[in-house]
Amino acid sequence: MTYKSSVPLYWRLRKSKYNLIGTKCANCNSVFFPPRALCPNCRRRGKTENFRFSGKGKILTYTIIRAPPEGFERDAPYGVAIVRLDEGTNVTAQIVGDINKMEIGKRVSMVFRKIHEDGEDGLIRYGFKFQLIE
Amino acid sequence: MTRVAVIGAAYTKFDEHWEKSLRDLSTEAGALALRDAKIEGSDIQALYIGNMSAGSFTGQEHLAALAVDEAGLTPIPATRCEAACASGALAFRNAYIAILSGEYDIVVAAGAEKMTDLKGTDAIATLMGAGDQEWESSIGLTFVGLYALLARAHMHRFGTTSEQLAMVSVNNHKNATLNELAQFPAEVTVEQVLKSPLIADPLRLLDCSPITDGAAALVLVSEEVARRFENPVWILGCGQASDALALDNRKSLVEMNATKVAARQAYGQAGLEPKDIDIAEVHDCFSINEILAVEDLGFCEKGKGGKFVEEGKIARDGEKPINTTGGLKAIGHPVGATGIRQIADLVMQLRGNYGKLQINGVKRGLALNIGGSGATAITTILGKEPKPTTY
Ligand SMILES: [Zn+2]
Repeated sequence: MTYKSSVPLYWRLRKSKYNLIGTKCANCNSVFFPPRALCPNCRRRGKTENFRFSGKGKILTYTIIRAPPEGFERDAPYGVAIVRLDEGTNVTAQIVGDINKMEIGKRVSMVFRKIHEDGEDGLIRYGFKFQLIE
Repeated sequence: MTRVAVIGAAYTKFDEHWEKSLRDLSTEAGALALRDAKIEGSDIQALYIGNMSAGSFTGQEHLAALAVDEAGLTPIPATRCEAACASGALAFRNAYIAILSGEYDIVVAAGAEKMTDLKGTDAIATLMGAGDQEWESSIGLTFVGLYALLARAHMHRFGTTSEQLAMVSVNNHKNATLNELAQFPAEVTVEQVLKSPLIADPLRLLDCSPITDGAAALVLVSEEVARRFENPVWILGCGQASDALALDNRKSLVEMNATKVAARQAYGQAGLEPKDIDIAEVHDCFSINEILAVEDLGFCEKGKGGKFVEEGKIARDGEKPINTTGGLKAIGHPVGATGIRQIADLVMQLRGNYGKLQINGVKRGLALNIGGSGATAITTILGKEPKPTTY
């Protein structure tokens, strides 16, 4: 129903969720986040390797979530934005800080934060959010 | 290759049907469509049914076999089609292709969704299954939030206003007042929309389609069969395209490429252009989506969708009447049923005897059904006359 992560799911995505690690194709130099097993440009000729993004970028679009899903009630209202990373791909993340100051084009940088608790005794998930650079 | 027509079309009242189950609704819609077509159940050779999430909404999977069982149509083959909110049109398109292939002559395409067995927040979470679970839902993004991101980008790039978004809801609610099957057949004003609570900025409660129970069904037949019936409505083209599930993987945030590609296919098959379309049913799950649709279907230039709405071009008496029976916003949006309901409304308009809902002189209609935030788009063009044979 809501996003209830199992331990393996949480574990499998940890590198990307903690450190913003995606992939880069050595053949065409395209970068991807989240990581892709196959470069969609080169397909069989592609060669994907891990790539760590700097975590710097700018807001492409944003919203403020006022009707949150289960497990996010305590955070609402919270900002969510699609961020264009400086290396040239997009990522969707919560925005921390003064969300009323979100603007398209504004610079942001990645921070490591608690994302979600699966109830009282469920998993606590951590991952990336972005903060506004003043 | 045969040409294909629709000879039966119907949908149930769209509502919160506390007294009816998913099987009740799908059987009711099927029976209505068969009666409308004036054929017997024993004539049906196959069923395709669109349904997004019966498993999450009601715990029931294996819906297609259940639907033919309930309708007393066993042992015909039954196939469930799923593409989130585009599941209905997906069932239609597969039924169409099955007849084109020569395998069948008479097929039912249906759609059904029972959403109110779950409490509202759980139903909304289920809808978010249409987005990317690992990278969108996991950070607290909601389904309306996805469309809010698209709305904000469109407003920033083209100057589209909240008032223009509100006018989409105003138009569709006004049209629904003529539709006895609509869930919310009541007018709303721009002021009411703009005063309704923000759900995900800039979208407000009255920018959003509701949670609804309902079903719809169509009877599709080959040309040979169609000739035996009065007033068949012809399928002139049907295109389908896909895009990235997650918004952040799309090339553009101000257009839906899947819509553009699916529309190009359908126009090409029909040998028509946007200007040849008299009326359209488009996927107004959120107000911004109707603005994106009129642009991406080529009814107006990219970026001018807000203006197009504001100038009243989408009104029932406008230049390009859109959602003439109320749209998802006011008829309701039982997700798997919507794509079939859109086509049923076009069929009835094209027959020319749709009572007080009738728009006069309609010769060609287009339906756009969208899955998720645009990862699936299916565009169908119907005509009063079949397209000329070229073979
Ligand atoms: Zn490559």
